[in-house]
Amino acid sequence: MATENVANAAALGAAQGPTQGEYIVHHLTHLNSTGEAQKSIVDFSVLNLDSFIFSTALGILAVLLLAYVAQRATAGVPGRLQSAIEVLVEMVADQAKGIIHDAKSRLFVAPLALTVFVWIFFLNAMDLLPLDLFPKIWSTYYEASGHDPHHAFLRIVPSADLNITLALALGVLIVCLYYNIKIKGIGGWVHELFAAPFGSHPVLAPINFLMQMIEFAAKTISHGMRLFGNMYAGELVFMLIALMGASWAGMHSLSGGLLFAGHVIAGSIWAIFHILIITLQAFIFMMLTLVYVGQAHESH
Amino acid sequence: MNLNATLFAQLIVFFILVWFTMKFVWPPITKALDDRAKKIADGLAAADRGKHELELASKRSAEVVREGKEKSADVLANAEKRAIQIIEEAKVQAKVEADRIVANARGEVEQEVVRAREQLRDQVAALAVAGAEKILRKEINAGAHAEILVAIKQGL
Repeated sequence: MATENVANAAALGAAQGPTQGEYIVHHLTHLNSTGEAQKSIVDFSVLNLDSFIFSTALGILAVLLLAYVAQRATAGVPGRLQSAIEVLVEMVADQAKGIIHDAKSRLFVAPLALTVFVWIFFLNAMDLLPLDLFPKIWSTYYEASGHDPHHAFLRIVPSADLNITLALALGVLIVCLYYNIKIKGIGGWVHELFAAPFGSHPVLAPINFLMQMIEFAAKTISHGMRLFGNMYAGELVFMLIALMGASWAGMHSLSGGLLFAGHVIAGSIWAIFHILIITLQAFIFMMLTLVYVGQAHESH
Repeated sequence: MNLNATLFAQLIVFFILVWFTMKFVWPPITKALDDRAKKIADGLAAADRGKHELELASKRSAEVVREGKEKSADVLANAEKRAIQIIEEAKVQAKVEADRIVANARGEVEQEVVRAREQLRDQVAALAVAGAEKILRKEINAGAHAEILVAIKQGL
C-alpha cells in the first residue's frame, strides 16, 4: 500500500515534471566526472566537466578573437572590431600604468589583466543565454543516448562555479607572490612578512606574520568569492524568474497570466541589469588583480 | 559550491591563456597603437611645418610683389622722364629743323628775289632798249651803244 503510494507519487511527479525545488537543485548541480552531485564540500577527485569545458572553450574563443584582431592590427585607419579591441587594450593599459609603476612588470601584468577581463566577461555573458536552452539540449541528447534525463546535469555559467573563480583568484595570488619575491628578494619579502604592518620588533613578529597571512587569504578568497557570489546569485534569480513562467504553464487563470507577465517583465529587467553586472564584475576582478599585483610591488 | 579538481584545471588554463595573450595579443595591438600615435604626431608636426612654410612663402611672395611694384614704379618714372626728355629733344630738334627750313626758305626766297631782280633788270633793260630802239630807231646801233646799254642796265 505504502509502496504503491510512493510509486503513484513518483508517476505523478514524472508526469507533471519536477517540483520547483527539484528544478532549482537540478539546475544547480554540475555535470562532473562522477555523474552524480558531489557529496563532500571538498573532493579533488571530482572534475566539473561543464565548468571546465565551457570556461576553457570560452577562454580559447576570447584569446583567439583577441589574437585574430592583434595579428591583423594596422597602425592605419582601424576597422570597428580593431577599434573596439583597441579601446579595451588602452583602457587596461591605462589602468595598469596608473597602478603598477614598473614598466617591465606591466609587460606581463597588463596582458594578464586584459585576459582576465575579456575571459571573465565571456564567462559571465553565458548568464544571458536562455536558462534552459543548453540543459534541455543536453538532457535530450542524454536521454537519446539511453540515459536517465534526470541525471543530465549541466551548468553553463562557469563563473557561477566557485572552483573557476577561486582558481582565477589563486592565479592572481601566485602572480602576487612571484612579484613579491622578484621585487623585494626572498630575504626582503620574508623580512616584510614579519616586520609589516606593525613594525620590526621580535615581539611583534608573530602578530605581523599572522596579519600578513590573513591579508593574503582574505584578498584571495574575497577576490574569488565576490565574482562567484554575484554570478551565482544572478543565475539563481534567473531560475526563480523562470519558475514563474513554468508555473504559468500549468494554470489557466488570472494568476497564471500575471505569472507569465511577471516572467517576461522581471526576466527582461534582470537580463538588462545583468549586462551591467557581467561587465562590472569582470572590470572589478581585473582592477583588483591590478591592485593586488601593484601592492606586491610596494614595500612597507 | 563544492571545491574539486576543476580548480587546478582552471588554474592551468588561466596561466596558458595569460601566456598566450602576453605573447600574441598584447604586443601587436600596443605596437599598432604606438605606431598610430607616432603617425599622428608626425602628421601634426608635418602640418605645423607646412603652416610655417606657408607663412614663409606668403611673406616671400609679399616681398616679391612689393619689389615688383617698386620696380614697376621705377620703370614708369624712368619712362616718363625719358618721354619728357624725348619730347624736349624733339622740340629742340624741331626748332632747329624749323629754323633750318625757315633759313633755307629765306635763302631761296632771297635767291628768287635776286633772280627775279636779275630777270626784271634784264627785262627792264630789254624794255629800255626796245623803248630806246623805238625812239632811236635809226640813230642808235645796238652793237655800237652796247656800252651805254650795259651802263644803264647796271644803273637799274
